[in-house]
Amino acid sequence: MATLHSAPRFTQIDGLAGTLSSALGDHLVSVHEEHGELLLAVHRASIEDALRILRDDHGYQQLMEIAGVDYPSRAERFEVVYMLLSLTKNSRIMVKCTASEDTPVPTVTTLWPNAGWLEREVFDMYGVLFDGNTDLRRILTDYGFEGHPFRKDFPLTGYVELRYSEDEKRVVYEPVELAQDLRQFDFMSPWEGADYVLPGDEKATTPPVDEPKTTESPKQTGAGKKADDKAADKVSAGAPAEEEGGKDAEPPKPTEDRPARAKRQGKTSDTAKATEPKKKVSARKKPAAKKAPAKRKAPGKKKDDE
Amino acid sequence: MSSALHIEESPTTGDETITNYTINFGPQHPAAHGVLRMVMELDGEIIERVDPHVGLLHRGTEKLIEHKTYLQALPYFDRLDYCSPLAQEYSYVLAIEKLLNVEVPERAQYIRVLFAELTRICNHMLNIGAHVMDVGAMTPNLWVFELREDCLNFFERMSGARMHHAYLRPGGVHQDVPEKLLVDIGEWLDTRLPELFGDAMSLVLDNRIFKQRNVDIAVVSKDDAVAWGFSGPMIRAAGVPWDLRKSQPYDVYDRMEFDIPVGTNSDCYDRFVVRVKEVYESAKIMKQCLRDMPTGPIASYDRKVSPPKRAEMKQSMEALIHHFKLYTEGFHVPAGEVYVATESPKGEFGVYLVSDGSNKPYRCKIRPTAFSHLQAMDFMCKGHMLPDATAILGAIDVVFGECDR
Repeated sequence: MATLHSAPRFTQIDGLAGTLSSALGDHLVSVHEEHGELLLAVHRASIEDALRILRDDHGYQQLMEIAGVDYPSRAERFEVVYMLLSLTKNSRIMVKCTASEDTPVPTVTTLWPNAGWLEREVFDMYGVLFDGNTDLRRILTDYGFEGHPFRKDFPLTGYVELRYSEDEKRVVYEPVELAQDLRQFDFMSPWEGADYVLPGDEKATTPPVDEPKTTESPKQTGAGKKADDKAADKVSAGAPAEEEGGKDAEPPKPTEDRPARAKRQGKTSDTAKATEPKKKVSARKKPAAKKAPAKRKAPGKKKDDE
Repeated sequence: MSSALHIEESPTTGDETITNYTINFGPQHPAAHGVLRMVMELDGEIIERVDPHVGLLHRGTEKLIEHKTYLQALPYFDRLDYCSPLAQEYSYVLAIEKLLNVEVPERAQYIRVLFAELTRICNHMLNIGAHVMDVGAMTPNLWVFELREDCLNFFERMSGARMHHAYLRPGGVHQDVPEKLLVDIGEWLDTRLPELFGDAMSLVLDNRIFKQRNVDIAVVSKDDAVAWGFSGPMIRAAGVPWDLRKSQPYDVYDRMEFDIPVGTNSDCYDRFVVRVKEVYESAKIMKQCLRDMPTGPIASYDRKVSPPKRAEMKQSMEALIHHFKLYTEGFHVPAGEVYVATESPKGEFGVYLVSDGSNKPYRCKIRPTAFSHLQAMDFMCKGHMLPDATAILGAIDVVFGECDR
């Protein structure tokens, strides 16, 4: 297929897949070339040796990234992908190995010092262990976080939320409560391999009954004189009169998101006044009120949280 | 008496009794450039060890992207490195285009390069200003912020948004730019930018105090820079002429003539000067874009990827269907995985995109530029004084929206 896109064009070396796969020898599981990218799958146990060969003998000096990917349906659900860059040959390759929750991957901090944080991130997000990494702490998630959030079975909303509690004067953690259900749209078209049964589709697969239903005599049709008379009517009957005396249904109860929380007091009309500046009279009443500390602001430091 | 004895034995009096102590630098320190917490072990004022704690701004962007269609995920990239938003979108749209193998019209390629370079100038204005302020100079920061304001105004006229543009699209850009905007940018490049920037830099580059604070601070050898995965101005300051715009050109960068400034000493001063020189090179590229930009479409005509014009949608049934499908279901991307990296102002910004053939990315790993650089803080700071840490951090050019994702 001709290349139409204008993505970064690095040097495509002729026969690179063959050269590298023969260099890796037994370490290699498979070679895959697609979309102009070379993917080398190697055995987990020999990832360090394989990367050492690629770095020392084939000029892939830089480890740019380690990415974890989760495929829950596979026997070894995680993939760890190493992106290598050659500054001298101007070439990029990806090397990957598989792992599961309890099969550690040998560390490559022995080859590249920056692998430390990259492995920490994969550990933090997926729970892949790296054998030999002496500093395998969490890196991106909160102190004391539990679970591995980028796994496919970890919910998008997480399990805990935190807020500042005015009563306790500290940040408190609470189980997450959603104001509305998380909406997950299903975009899969039924003509393009959706694997669920649409309503009505089950009839297509219902096996035929033993005795097929037939209409042998006029009695079985359900029709008769009454039905014929009704059909002969040229004018249809009017809508049935509405029955009187029915009681209106109760309006639905207001939904309370957090039943444990105290109910709001006062009327909604009160809130409009809450945003208005306080009257001077009331301000004079309490002269000893706490004075807000003057806000310090570094000029020009826009870079801080924007 | 006992108290006098206590003072005599206190660690501040005798050199041999001084013990190392640990301080927290950040997460609310103005020179930490955001929410960086660094646990520093100090021997007096000499830094012995630095342990940067990142992730205080982690928002799970990559997970959120997995739950959005390809187009819906685009604005997340603006919010990573909010100082150079367009540069992040760039990697993402190129990754999608690589999977789709879709052609981008020439005008769109020029527009992208033009505004990617404006983003670079905009980003460097912020970093240069923040860096000089971190080491004590006030005035240049205010002056370069004037220029940054100009850039943001141009961006507003380009996309309607000053910071979070969401302007690039797989297959092109969102909308065409007005002719007057291009004229104004050209005028700005000829007059205001060189004058104001030259003035500001004349205060800094030969300034004795600035040099005392930056020269020979955090020297990183060429080998170390490569081993630690440095990229962008950090690796160029180490004397490696490595620029993805040159070595792995994307869009029309291969038609541009520009130089790659490299450093000789690999210290904070070199990193600063590399950025200063890059601003002039970016201006050069922008002028070439303005000179060579052709007229024509600004987005792909492949209706399975890029939506039809609104006016067309009102007339044609087919266009209406395409419009509806693209904005509800989105487009499906062929299965496969790519790693696409572009030269963002801060270094190599990469996107590893795994597609399973559906309309949502199966996995979108973002390679932040700051991760490798920040990791090297420990060995770059070792043996330096505490105030040098701010200069080193300023020279890295770190933004936590991107580092923590």
